[in-house]
Amino acid sequence: MTSPGIDKIEKEIKSHKVVLFVKGMPEAPQCGFSAATMELFDKMKVPFHSVDILANPDIRLELPEYSKWPTFPQVFINGKLVGGCDIVHELHESGELQKLLK
Amino acid sequence: MIQRLIPGARVEVSDMTGTGDHFEILVVSKAFEGKPLMEQHKMVFAALEDEMKDRIHAVKLKTKVK
Repeated sequence: MTSPGIDKIEKEIKSHKVVLFVKGMPEAPQCGFSAATMELFDKMKVPFHSVDILANPDIRLELPEYSKWPTFPQVFINGKLVGGCDIVHELHESGELQKLLK
Repeated sequence: MIQRLIPGARVEVSDMTGTGDHFEILVVSKAFEGKPLMEQHKMVFAALEDEMKDRIHAVKLKTKVK
C-alpha cells in the first residue's frame, strides 16, 4: 500500500545516504532533540539531508507507521532507520555510528 | 506502565522541566539482553504508547541490560 506521504519518505531515504526527519530547519530547529541530532552530525562533519516534518504534515503523520518508530527526530542511514536522538548519541559514543557511516 | 510490559524492569523517571510532559527515563532490564538498542527503545515506547499520544511531549530514554 502506498500513499503520497510514503512515496515522499521512500524517495528521500533512497536518494540520500543520511536523512534526518526533524522538526524545523537546520538553521532554525523547532525541537531540542532535533537540534541536538543535527548538531551531532555537524560536529562529526557528516553531511546530511534534513526533512522538516512540520512543513510536511503527510510525512509527519505517516513516517511513524512506516518506520514503526513513534517519535521524532528519526535518523536514516543507507535507507534504514537507525533511531532517534538518544540512540544516535549512544551509537556515536560507542563508535558504531561511525561504522554505519562508512 | 513500563513494568507491566517489561517484567522485572527497574525504571527511573525524572521530570526534566517540572511540567509533567518532559521526562528522562532509564529502564534497566534483563529482557533487553541480546536486543539491539532500537528494539529496546521500541519496547519502552510500546509500553508508553497511550501516554505518548497526548500527555508526554518528549522523552529522553536510556535502556540498559541487567
